[in-house]
Amino acid sequence: MEDINKRLLKVEDRISYIAQVKEGSEWGNLGGLQEKTAKIRENFYDYSESDLVDQIRALEDAVQFLEERCEENLSPMERVRIVRSPLRFSLKDILENVYEEYTELGGEEDANIDPSMVVAKANILRQVNNKTYTQQVMVIGHEKGQGEEYRNGGCSKPWGNEKALRYMLVAQTEGIPIHFYIFTPGSFPIEDYPGAGQQIARNLYVMSKLRVPMVSVISEGGSGGAEAIGLSDSRLMFSHGYYSVISPEGAAAIEGKIREGEKISKELVENCAERLKITAWNNLKSGTIDRVIEEPILGARRDDFAFFKKVKAEMIRATDEVVLKTKSLRTFRAYEVSMKKAEEDAADIENYVDVTWELRPDEIKRLLTLRSRKYRNMALWAFGGKPEPSAARMNRAKLKVAQAFYGIRYDVIRTHRKFAQHFIKDVSGESSVFLKRVVAPFSAAYDFISKKQDYRAVRPVLDRGGNGPVGDPYLGDTYTSTLANEDRTVTCPNSLKHGCKDLWIPDLYGEFCGVCENCGHHFPLEYEWYLKNLFDRDSIREFNAEICAGNPLNNQGLEKRLKAAAKKTGRCSSMITFDAKVMGVDIVTAMLFSDFRNGTVGAAEGEKFVQACEVAKLKRRPLLSYVHTTGGIRIQEGTLGVIQMPKCTMAVREYIDAGGLYIVVYDNNSYAGPVASFLGCSHYQFAIRSSRIGFAGPRVIRDTTGQEVPPDYHSARNALRRGHIQGIWDRREFRRNLHKCLLTMGGSKLYYR
Amino acid sequence: MQHDDIDFDEIISKYKADPYDYVDIHSVHTGRLRFQVKVGSKVEGVSGEWRHIPGTTLYILNRERNSKPVHSPTNGEVSFIRDDLEGQFVEADEKIITIKHPLTKREIIDGILREVLYPFVAPERAKYFFSMDIQSRIDKYGQREVFIKPGDELFTMSLMKRETPVYYDGEPGIIHSNYFKPGESVDQGQPLVGICPKATLPLIQKIITRVKAEWE
Repeated sequence: MEDINKRLLKVEDRISYIAQVKEGSEWGNLGGLQEKTAKIRENFYDYSESDLVDQIRALEDAVQFLEERCEENLSPMERVRIVRSPLRFSLKDILENVYEEYTELGGEEDANIDPSMVVAKANILRQVNNKTYTQQVMVIGHEKGQGEEYRNGGCSKPWGNEKALRYMLVAQTEGIPIHFYIFTPGSFPIEDYPGAGQQIARNLYVMSKLRVPMVSVISEGGSGGAEAIGLSDSRLMFSHGYYSVISPEGAAAIEGKIREGEKISKELVENCAERLKITAWNNLKSGTIDRVIEEPILGARRDDFAFFKKVKAEMIRATDEVVLKTKSLRTFRAYEVSMKKAEEDAADIENYVDVTWELRPDEIKRLLTLRSRKYRNMALWAFGGKPEPSAARMNRAKLKVAQAFYGIRYDVIRTHRKFAQHFIKDVSGESSVFLKRVVAPFSAAYDFISKKQDYRAVRPVLDRGGNGPVGDPYLGDTYTSTLANEDRTVTCPNSLKHGCKDLWIPDLYGEFCGVCENCGHHFPLEYEWYLKNLFDRDSIREFNAEICAGNPLNNQGLEKRLKAAAKKTGRCSSMITFDAKVMGVDIVTAMLFSDFRNGTVGAAEGEKFVQACEVAKLKRRPLLSYVHTTGGIRIQEGTLGVIQMPKCTMAVREYIDAGGLYIVVYDNNSYAGPVASFLGCSHYQFAIRSSRIGFAGPRVIRDTTGQEVPPDYHSARNALRRGHIQGIWDRREFRRNLHKCLLTMGGSKLYYR
Repeated sequence: MQHDDIDFDEIISKYKADPYDYVDIHSVHTGRLRFQVKVGSKVEGVSGEWRHIPGTTLYILNRERNSKPVHSPTNGEVSFIRDDLEGQFVEADEKIITIKHPLTKREIIDGILREVLYPFVAPERAKYFFSMDIQSRIDKYGQREVFIKPGDELFTMSLMKRETPVYYDGEPGIIHSNYFKPGESVDQGQPLVGICPKATLPLIQKIITRVKAEWE
């Protein structure tokens, strides 16, 4: 009877699980089945054993049928509900069942710097020809902790991501691979030191060149939180997981322009989940992941031991593949592994070959090159404005010539020149010492007999000419904002606090450059003002203007909105990339501006940024990223937008490593993905006064954390206070400060060094 | 201030008869005026944890095509309005609205205490701490058991890392109310403590209890 009772209990669990996935008992015959099980439970001891067995078998068959039907037509939102189910497996289950033994690092359970991030040094076992091999790995992942409130649902705080980063570096020191498990609805969007966005950016920056194989698996991949431990050599995804730029509810609130406190309709959320293309198969198709790990019907749960065996095999296989690709015989060995996979189920793949996961220096180099190439090639299809094949060939040829030219100019000639200069300097220094010794007695005698002149200090003469802004003729003939063409006054937002008088608009946007003369508050100005006032006259040479934002996921209505934005701005993406000069110094600039879809970043903007990094690297020029405004990743492009975070960070890291200078200047509002990746990773970040910088806006923080944030939470001053930025610049001093930075900061490979 | 000088009944009856504060609102500058409230309208004051949510808009003043909304500084009811100025050009600092603000229990108590206690004000904008002796007496016996007289070293004023003793120079009495927090800057002229003659204390306590019990 006990067995029957257990079977009945199991059936009840399965029914309630389907009801959870379907969000109610209306679907199929769930209500009827629930009644039936309730009836059996009520009269459990009235039935004979054989009767009970028959009835439960019938129930099991019916539930099995329903599960299969449900699985066949799983909607994206239903997958989200599966992922959020408390019955779903978590990282702890994986650690228990996939790895042989593990030691948790950086705290345990609630005695932890951040219980939502679990780091463990684990052993993974593989059997090869009846021999057992143990290999060490670093396991890093989010722990949702079903029922454990302190885990914060897998939302890592900045210090949780910092913990992950710390142990990534430990893995690098020890030369062991890292397995990442992503179970997060998103990062905890707080700005406490170092700030959610800053920490994610730091993680991405380090991970882009981490010298060990990395494999990540996504179960619940919520945007930036997922990327914090998501940049890897092989990206896998569980078949019932989701990987998205934003939660479907968040997307619905934005798309439906839902006000705070208002209820979001279920249909809108379903619709948004569909449009965001968040499922494993969608992501595989768009190339943001490499492979899908199949789960059992309606997703794996905590007791699906066969599934954990499969996960183990897949993780070993993925790590092997990453490692084998770096070997000299990689084609052959990778081919072997993949053939083996094709032949049989992944369950016993580890029995076939033993691959050592330790890499030699040349293999590490190859690993990094492959990782770079992998991200460079992501989402290349997702934007428009690509050149015709003949033009592309021409561009490639031009690039080769440019590479040769700049290579000879800066690597060959300059290196030799530098060597010659050093040599001459050394020789002249030596010879002067020698000469001094020879002539010293004579000069002493001469000094003695000749009358010494009085020493008078020469007063330094102030040089007002040259590069200084005073002598710069361009600033005398300034571009005046079109905002100034209005005859009225405006009130400074700080008028109550500082007693600022009303400002007459022609004065404010003309002479005062949009700055309150009393308190220094900066009113927003259009991006053209910066184009005209920041750079030397006629020095701007735009490139890649033809790369245009697309609609890769065929999002309803996006096409129209993009067209409207293009019509309004005369540009086809929110990023402008150009060569320009600042007080005679050649620089490459990537500018995100607000008028085009609020400065959001999608595949086109990412590509333009990456190409700007490549141009700057090629020409040995400093790279300026001026952020007029950015609203984050363009959510309509789904994970193709999210993937721009690691892609651009990778490009910028390579540029910095090549000895460049990357300066970021934030203006107006800069939030979310870009700040948490390719902008936030810069060593030199500055902000224009009165700008706001952060990871998530106040409403998202309120919704996610339940906390109110002070009105100045995202202010530049607070960003400076927590060390995110290095300084706050007055708009009128932007050009001068930038020039100073160009001359005093950055690597040794800049063309003017 | 002597016990006999204070007519508590009068103070209490004054608050009882009219438990309101009348806040006059003046035009902040010249401009064309548009009222957003009427007589009898309920208005809210500034609110929010950081006092960042503005109060009800009282009027909009338009000068040089700049419409400036002016918000209510306090809650209450509009008791007076210069209706005749609606849509008219007004001069700066003209009284245009009066808000009848119902006093809270705390405000009434504060008001009474302000009348009966001797306030000791900050001589400079600085950080203040009780002197070592006074602090140890407060820790030992409680604030209201500490009797001070003129010439006692009451505070240590911390300004620009220099510490200067501040001596009490008012009526002798006990420290009844503490208006400052140690380590936080206090503006010049702001009260630091309210001193109460020892004999008056029971009566003040009685009054506070009475206010607390009688006012809603």
